[in-house]
Amino acid sequence: MRRRQRTVRDPSAPGRTVGGMTTFEVVAEGLGKRYGPTRALDTFDLTVPPGTVHGLLGPNGAGKTTAVRILTTLLRFDTGRATVAGYDVLRRPEEVRARIGLTGQYAAVDEILSGRQNLELFGRLFRLGRREARRRAGELLERFGLDEAASRSAGEYSGGMRRRLDLAASLIRTPRVLFLDEPTTGLDPRSRNQVWDLVRGLVRDGTTVLLTTQYLEEADQLADRISVIDAGRVVAEGSPDQLKAMTGGDRIEVVVRDVAELSRAARLVASICGAEPELDSEVRRLSVPVVDRVAGLVDVVRALDDAGIAVEDIGLRRATLDEAFLHLTGHRPDDAREPVGAGRTVEMA
Amino acid sequence: MTTVIADGWTMTRRNMTHVVRAPEELILYFSLPIMFVLVFGYVFGSGMQVAGGGSYREFLLPGVFVMTMLYGLGATATGVALDLSRGVVDRFRSMPMARSALMTGRSAADLLRALLEMSTLLVCGLLVGWQWRQGVGKAVLAVGLLLLLRIAITWVGIYLALLVRNPETVGVIVFPAAFPLSAISNVFVSPELMPPAIGTISEWNPLSATVAAIRELFGNPGLGGDSWPAEHAMLLAVLWPVLLIATFAPLAVRRYQRLSR
Repeated sequence: MRRRQRTVRDPSAPGRTVGGMTTFEVVAEGLGKRYGPTRALDTFDLTVPPGTVHGLLGPNGAGKTTAVRILTTLLRFDTGRATVAGYDVLRRPEEVRARIGLTGQYAAVDEILSGRQNLELFGRLFRLGRREARRRAGELLERFGLDEAASRSAGEYSGGMRRRLDLAASLIRTPRVLFLDEPTTGLDPRSRNQVWDLVRGLVRDGTTVLLTTQYLEEADQLADRISVIDAGRVVAEGSPDQLKAMTGGDRIEVVVRDVAELSRAARLVASICGAEPELDSEVRRLSVPVVDRVAGLVDVVRALDDAGIAVEDIGLRRATLDEAFLHLTGHRPDDAREPVGAGRTVEMA
Repeated sequence: MTTVIADGWTMTRRNMTHVVRAPEELILYFSLPIMFVLVFGYVFGSGMQVAGGGSYREFLLPGVFVMTMLYGLGATATGVALDLSRGVVDRFRSMPMARSALMTGRSAADLLRALLEMSTLLVCGLLVGWQWRQGVGKAVLAVGLLLLLRIAITWVGIYLALLVRNPETVGVIVFPAAFPLSAISNVFVSPELMPPAIGTISEWNPLSATVAAIRELFGNPGLGGDSWPAEHAMLLAVLWPVLLIATFAPLAVRRYQRLSR
């Protein structure tokens, strides 16, 4: 259902060139931005084809927000070139602003105005007539499930409601490119899922999305392609599956009942999978990379059974983006603020 | 050009809606001048002298009008700083609107707000025995000078907010700065009655120029002294605000543009 583009796109050559004009909605070439001696961005490259979701994944301070602020005309850059929706960010910022939506880390809404007044205000500033602004505000409030709270001050909204209002404000004139800077940071799992559903709906309708996140799961859920950023530059780019494959892909894990059997089991598994398993005798577990997942699993189960080795647990473990990230950058995606994959663990509760 | 005006008006309306939806702030700003009228006019007033004679309360009210304009600095700076700290300014800057609207809208709304504050204070003044004695024309002129000062203060406030950005810091700076500024002036006491050094500072205080000028226009007592600033109060009451606007408006615009650095 999601990532429907992945199958039709060749990741090595995702864009076409028509008459010298690329068809990318977002292009960044060698962007650089320094603050004194600190390089916030360092030869940052990015291309996003239309109608796709591109994730920028990286720890705090990696340069994700700097990149978004440059591409949304909020911040000047020192070197490189950037176009959004076909317009040069530096030379035609007005044209860019007319075609983008931005939802930042903070819900940037007026806390004193009501939800409806907020959307009407932004509608007027997007050059809608008074009537049209009112109509559009009503439409968005309904679509984002805010119509009942429409006349309450945005300051009284819950975090999730505020974020939805913020998202609605960036969609007043259906943007060609939507920038989401950590759109679900600080949201509870339910609100997070709501935001994800809204984003998927927008992409279905043809909007291109550039998403920054420090949640690996979020990138995995939403993005067609991911750029992993660390210290201001892209250290890896690819589909979520490609990134996961960089860590060695899927593995078979076997837990034997008797630890004495572990090395015999390992020899068997090695002969089937053609790779040396990692052993952990403390939990009586072996783990081995596998190429053909299902066939490999069936063969391993059969061989262990034939050899009379009692197995307590056996299964396939999919590689996670967590591991990919660790592998690529040498550290966890978020240093301290929130645990890795917080979304996933909390959601179980 | 039309978009500059249209967007400026939209932002003005936004800020005026704030006053309607959150009147607590306005009430807070009203309570201060009223408190000063009560404390100084009634509690300390009996012990206060006016140079040249006359009713102290009638002397005090023009000073309180000016002080109310000065305290508007807090409202302006806090409002702009709140927008900056909550990312609302980023949203505006990422939209295809006139970038000037944020400042022109703030300035226009603060002017409307000052007009509202002035009308209320004039009525309060009449209730405690203050009056204008030189006809409506000069009274309107006096209100005009007050609003001119308020525009100047608005630009100082916008610049201050862009400089410090944090709304709490703004509050910490504004109020401790505003009180001595109004105390070392002719708001409460005639500078002739102060120690000479402080008296001179008071006379050159931009606030004093407006206070002296409107005392003259309203026909209230306390037209003090034969010093140069006291004799040219009317000129200074125009010159000081214009000078402040000419200084702080470009500074604020530059700061605003530097947000993209």
